[in-house]
Amino acid sequence: MSAVLDSGDQGVTGRLADRLWSQPRLLLASLLTLPLGWLIIVYIGSLVALLWQSFYSIDEMSGLVVPEFTLKTYGELFTPSNLDIILRTLLMSAAVTVACAILAFPIAYFAARYAKGKWKALFYLGVMMPLWSSYLVKVYAWKLILAKEGIVTWIFAKLHLTFLLDALLAIPVIGGNSLSVSYIGTFLVFVYVWIPFMILPVQASLERVPGNLIEASADLGANSGQTFRNVIFPLALPGIVAGSIFTFSLTMGDYIIPQIIGSSRLFIGQAVYAQQGTAGNIPLAAALTVVPVVIMGIYLTVAKRMGAFDAL
Amino acid sequence: MMTIAVKFDAVSRHFGVVRAVDAVDLEIAEGEFFAMLGPSGSGKTTCLRLIAGFEQPTSGSISIFGERAEGVPPYRRNVNTVFQDYALFPHLTVLDNVAYGLMVRGIDRSARHKAAEDALSMVKLPGYGERKPSQLSGGQRQRVALARALVNKPRVLLLDEPLGALDLKLREQMQEELKTLQKSLGITFIFVTHDQGEALSMADRVAVFNDGKIVQAGSPADVYGKPRTKFVADFVGSSNVLTPDLTERVSGQRRWSSLRPEQVTLGLSGEKGLLEARMVAAHYLGSTTRIVTEAGGQRIAGVVQAGQSVPDAGTAVHLAFDKSALHFLEDQP
Repeated sequence: MSAVLDSGDQGVTGRLADRLWSQPRLLLASLLTLPLGWLIIVYIGSLVALLWQSFYSIDEMSGLVVPEFTLKTYGELFTPSNLDIILRTLLMSAAVTVACAILAFPIAYFAARYAKGKWKALFYLGVMMPLWSSYLVKVYAWKLILAKEGIVTWIFAKLHLTFLLDALLAIPVIGGNSLSVSYIGTFLVFVYVWIPFMILPVQASLERVPGNLIEASADLGANSGQTFRNVIFPLALPGIVAGSIFTFSLTMGDYIIPQIIGSSRLFIGQAVYAQQGTAGNIPLAAALTVVPVVIMGIYLTVAKRMGAFDAL
Repeated sequence: MMTIAVKFDAVSRHFGVVRAVDAVDLEIAEGEFFAMLGPSGSGKTTCLRLIAGFEQPTSGSISIFGERAEGVPPYRRNVNTVFQDYALFPHLTVLDNVAYGLMVRGIDRSARHKAAEDALSMVKLPGYGERKPSQLSGGQRQRVALARALVNKPRVLLLDEPLGALDLKLREQMQEELKTLQKSLGITFIFVTHDQGEALSMADRVAVFNDGKIVQAGSPADVYGKPRTKFVADFVGSSNVLTPDLTERVSGQRRWSSLRPEQVTLGLSGEKGLLEARMVAAHYLGSTTRIVTEAGGQRIAGVVQAGQSVPDAGTAVHLAFDKSALHFLEDQP
């Protein structure tokens, strides 16, 4: 008669497997220790260190960091020049996010509802491919495209629409000598660089909207516009919010695009770079870094209050 | 005079080479409880979607209460649908789900919520308005879907396998309620199902679909008792379909015929209307035992009352039935 239960010697790996099977907590602990350790020490740790330093201040005479707790550095955020930087970055981030959402939605909707087989593959390729090439190469390419001697100016000239471009560049504040040295140029490049991060989550959220909800809405008397407002948009909102977290925070933290394309006025990222580098003002750099964190916190709280995550 | 609620005139709906609906003629009277019965892929759901407006006919014409319906979008039809998996809006409360049709028509908040509350009471879910669909059971969701459709006072209510996802007991209860509701409201109900028991017990009239065509339409008693073809006989009530050879042995006529299992039992040799057969299997069902036998190379099912002894498989038996129970089919021998 053969044995029903195999209780003979299992070898080292066999005994280890048995041990882990009988103690699932041990298994969980052994799986999580390394990644959690990394997360807590490297990720959260550096964030805490940053927050800590933002409460130090700099001695104006010697230029040395005074390791004493003070709110003086945070007070400096409210000087007109720093407030300007914060406001400029905030407005740019908001504009980029809104533009990304408006442009991404139809693309994501097409991909989620209509694209099948090779069209879907083409969609993923089209969205992802720009992410495979170097960010710097793309930004410098855009500098050439938007330059006064660039292809955009040329196209407008060929179409006899130069007056339109001139009118656009003549707009105070956001205009300038050419697109590559104006806020409009900075905005265009930001939208180009971050839009995949909006398309993908919106597409994922639209993909989860069952087609029969759209039919049910039409069946109950809603035309396309009403169905969009009452069913599709609310159900896609978590995806839009997820995408906007990317586009908003990436724009707020970026310091390379505004340096290469746009006016010489600073964004938060550039200010942080300048303060911690040449100026050696680590506390102010840290305090400036806290600003986007706080803004994102406020943004997510408001989004949650407004029910953006209800459909999750 | 009888008003015709829905009329199909040689309606076809083709998807590429697939003829989902193929030259269907159909008339459904106002106030009728009409069932579309058929296996999956037989075209019954496509017919329902044609009435709702989600599909447009490839050819033929559809009229609803005498008005031509081709090209009219779903949101301009006074027809509502109860979807197979209910299609409740997950982000809205039950009350807002029910009030949705009134909301998009611009009826103000208090009036539409009042109407939605009334509709919820009608389907026996008063006070459930504040919940989300995810907090309801399958049966409750079904009722909400029903209330959401009925609150718009449709002229025609379409139900796409609405009871398919419910367990047996709940399904029987809902069948009763749907029937009562339909009688009291007087709305035309068009009901799609693959469950022949459901179609027979609820409908005033049944259309049996196969391969995109209506094979037979008539009262439940007609469809069950006088099937026209082998397909109907087999699909509606899993009747025994007797080959021309076997029919000839029993009745002398060389034709296809059907014989209801409940008309067939075991008899003693020497009785009239007997057919020699061999026992294959027996399934105990409580009040009766369903037997499967073989005669002339063909399976024939019958019923044995409780208390009667059931022979072992392989035993030679005699099947007894009234010759008038044999129903001739239209299929060519």
